[in-house]
Formats: sequence, C-alpha cells, structure tokens
Amino acid sequence: MNLIPLLLVIPLAWALLSLLLPRLPLGLLALAGIVLQLGTAAMLWNDVQIHGASRYAIGDWVAPLGITLVADGLTVTLLAMTALIAVVCAFYAIFYLRAYEKERRYFWPLFWFLLAALNGIWLAGDLFNLYVGLELVTLAAVGMVTLSGERHALAAGLRYLYAALLGSLAYLLGVALLYGAYGTLDLGQLSSLLEANLITQLALALMTFGLLMKTAVFPLHSWLPPAHGGALAPVSAILSALVVKSSFYILARIWMDAGNALMPVSAAQLLGALGALAIIWGGWQAFRQSEIKMLVAYSTVAQLGYLMLLFPLAIGQSQQSAILAWQGTMLHLLSHGFAKAAMFLAVGTLVLAVGKKRVVDMAGISAKMPLALFAFGLASVSLMGLPPSGGFNAKWLLMQSAIQSGQWHWVAVLLAGSLITASYVFRVFSVSFQKDADPQIRPTHPALDLSALLLAAIAIALGFGAAIPVELLTLPEEML
Amino acid sequence: MTTDFWFACIGAVLIAMALFTFIRHTHLLRRILAFNIMGSGVFLILVGLAQHQRQTDPVPQALVLTGIVVAVAATALALIIFRRFYQLSGRTELDEDQQ
Repeated sequence: MNLIPLLLVIPLAWALLSLLLPRLPLGLLALAGIVLQLGTAAMLWNDVQIHGASRYAIGDWVAPLGITLVADGLTVTLLAMTALIAVVCAFYAIFYLRAYEKERRYFWPLFWFLLAALNGIWLAGDLFNLYVGLELVTLAAVGMVTLSGERHALAAGLRYLYAALLGSLAYLLGVALLYGAYGTLDLGQLSSLLEANLITQLALALMTFGLLMKTAVFPLHSWLPPAHGGALAPVSAILSALVVKSSFYILARIWMDAGNALMPVSAAQLLGALGALAIIWGGWQAFRQSEIKMLVAYSTVAQLGYLMLLFPLAIGQSQQSAILAWQGTMLHLLSHGFAKAAMFLAVGTLVLAVGKKRVVDMAGISAKMPLALFAFGLASVSLMGLPPSGGFNAKWLLMQSAIQSGQWHWVAVLLAGSLITASYVFRVFSVSFQKDADPQIRPTHPALDLSALLLAAIAIALGFGAAIPVELLTLPEEML
Repeated sequence: MTTDFWFACIGAVLIAMALFTFIRHTHLLRRILAFNIMGSGVFLILVGLAQHQRQTDPVPQALVLTGIVVAVAATALALIIFRRFYQLSGRTELDEDQQ
C-alpha cells in the first residue's frame, strides 16, 4: 500500500471531522490523528531510506493534468519534522486552550487544514501544486492568527493576508510565464528544459520576490512580528517553526534545481546580503522589544536570515561547498523549527502564568517556573549555535562551506549573528534571575512545561544525531 | 501578433494598474479589489501566453479554474476579517505605526 496519499487524507479527514462534530473531544481526537500521521511519516521515511524516492499520481491521473506527489529524502525529513512538532503543539494546545473556550472551537479544524496544506507543499512535484499549497497554508495560518477576534489580532491577520496574497500572485505570474515558455510545470522536467533567457530570469525573479515576501525575509518582514507575536502560543509555535519554512522550501528547491545555471552569481549574493541584514536587523529589533513574545517573533526574522545564506554559498561555488551549504541550511531549518517552537511554547507558559506580556514582568520568574525557563534556555542554546545542539552543527556546516568557497564575509555574518542572538536571549535571563523580585503567578499545568522541554530537547539532540537527517539531505539533483 | 499575445499584454496592463492601486492606496476594501484585478491579469497571461504556439491546451484552463477558486476563498476571508475589524475599530485602514 502506498503511504504518500495517507499524509493528505489523514489531516483532511480530521479537519472535516473537527469542523462538523465540534462536540467531540477534539484535542484527544487530534492527538490520535497526529500520532497516526507521525507513524505514517516514519514508515515513509523508512521506505525512502531503503528504496529511494517514490512518486504517486493521485487517482492514476498522470501529469500534466493530474497531480503527482513526490517523496524524497528531503520531503520525508520535513514530513517527520512537521508531524513531530505538530504532535507536541497539539498536546500543549489541549491544556493551553482550556483558558480559551471560544478560540478552541476553530483552532482544531484550522490546525488540521494547516497540516494538510503543509504536507501538500512538502509532497508537491510541480509548481502549480506548490502554489495551491502556499495559498492553503496562508488561508489557514491567517485564520489561526485572527482566532481571538480582537482588534490587534485582526489587524495583524489582515497585514499578513495582504502581504501573502501579493506574494502568491507574484509567484503565480512567474509560474504563468514559465508555462507559457516551456509548456510544463513539473519540477523535474523543468530543470532540464530551462534556458538562460530574459523571460526565464524574469519568471524566476518574480517567483523569488513572491516567496521572499511569504518567508518574511528582510526587508519584506514587517508583517511577521505582529502576526507571530500576537497569536496564541501554540499558533505562534507552528507559524514560526513550520509555516515560514514552507515558502523557503519552495524557494530553495527552485534555486537548487534551476538557479545554478540560470541566475547570475550576483543575484545569489544579493539574497545572501538580505539574509545578513535580516540577521542583524531582526536581532537588533528583538533586543529592543518590550514584549517577550515580540522578542521571540523578531528572533524568527533574524533566524530566517541564516536560511538565505544557502544561495551565496551554493550558487556558482564548488560542488563540495554547495553540498555543505545545503546540508547546513536544511539542518538549520530543522533545528530552528524545534528550538523556536519550544521557545514560543515556553514563553507562552510564562505569559500565561504571570498574566503580563512584557520582558520586565518576568522578573524573578526563575524560582517559580524553573522548567519553562530551562526549556527557553535549551532552545536558546540551539538558536545561538552553542555546542552541543542542532543549531551549532548547522552553523558549523555553513561556516565550513563559507571557508571552502573562500567567502570569509559570510563567516563574519555567522559569528555576528550568534553574538546578537546571545544579547537578546540573555536580556530575558538577566531579568528572570533577579532575586529581589517576587512575581505573583497562576499555577499552570505541568504538561505545558513538558511539551516545551521535549521540543527543546530534540533541538539539542540534533547536535548528536545530526547525521541521520543529513544523510537523507543530499542535493536534489542527485535524488531525482 | 496573435490574439493570444494580446491577452497577455492586457493582463500585464491590468497587473500594473492593480499593483499601483495596491501600493498607493491604504483603504482595505480598495486593496482587496486591486488584488482581484491583479489576479485576473495573471489569469489572462496564464491562458494567453500558454496557447500561442499550440492548439487549445487544457492545462492552463484547469489551472485558472483552481486559481479562481483560491482567489474567491482568499477574498472571502479578507472581507470577513475586514468587516470584523471595521466593526471593532471603525477604521478602513491599518494603523501604519502599529508595527
């Protein structure tokens, strides 16, 4: 039996079920569904490791009119990451949403639609299905941002929706130009057909712009902090850990398949420069925020900058440098996913317990909420890139790639980024370890601390077991 | 110069006009309309450009149909969030200083 369609069928079935039968215990139902999905992803992972990449045509309709799904090493890794983060976030949400009766009604259907759309993106084999996936991710994510129905949440949701819609139209226009020129949308076919001419480059530039908008890369990032910082804790975790990665994944796929031969090295260097600016600007803004969730949201802006270093390190450089950059970037994507989800969950617990949002309100919290703060600390270790953690291994690979290709300026960016990360993270610690403060806290369920700790522990464990995903993450050309 | 090429040209003009409105105006309803016109421009290019050297090609038609469904869903979501935002705040634009 083929496992690939199950990864779309499970979330869609659960989404409809939670929409139509809201009286069921949706949280427990969700947990059961997501464990099923995690199992399917694990079996598919095993399958790909033994037999290699596989394809599946939905309803036996082959491309171009039908929809082809592709599962390769990168895909199964991302599927597993999605299921793993989602299972912990769902567990957290069951307890967290007890305080949010009204929001709970729509959280679960949107959660499932979002998972279906994400899985659709990871599995898509052609440019148009990627577009549909992008749009579905946006619609579900915007819905989750506006769950509370309060004014600031609605404003953040609208800002997010408008930016995302502009981005997806730019992407679709690029797709239209490519189809007009080559008559196919299949990623594998396109990569061998594409020629370096004006229309192809225009199409790729449009798609890149649209995807940068959706990934919130500096200077197109201004929609992200209010959306991610203002949402409920489990929503913020999923948005920062998974949703922004989906558009980056498409960008990386397109550039690695086609960019190498078609795009000038200067364009790749420009993307890297945007990433460097994002690291510095996002870090500086994170340092300046007064609300703790906004601090974490700006940290996402900064960490997304590291992903952009893939392009200058891989395009127009030696094969060896390109492989190191690809592995480092994807490992960063994974470890940032786990670490940032852990951080948002930990911070959500702190805010829930203290009842206030600012960083200074966390004074003296270390004595009352040691576990949540410990989870925050473990996640910070990975974000800063200290050993042993997934973040350290990722930055190590990126740095090796920069040295191999003789691009020392990116080494400087990587080091500066770690220092800036340390500065805003230690701002939280310096406040929370104040001895004289005695904050009043409401007791929170231990399951909340446990979920954040679990995700943070995975981010750290990626420092020891990095070889397992990295083995699967060879360059896309070699897989297809 | 074939008819199909003209479709694409008109699509490009529509996109340019709508993009101008989208960037220039802050009224949220106006920007939803601009997004829809921009979408129509992209669909014209998708159908127009794709047929210039072949016989009628079903793929872009299927793509545009899907695109229209997605655009309708996005418009509906934008409208309902905008309406709620307007009810709560009485404003038709986002506070630019809010970020």
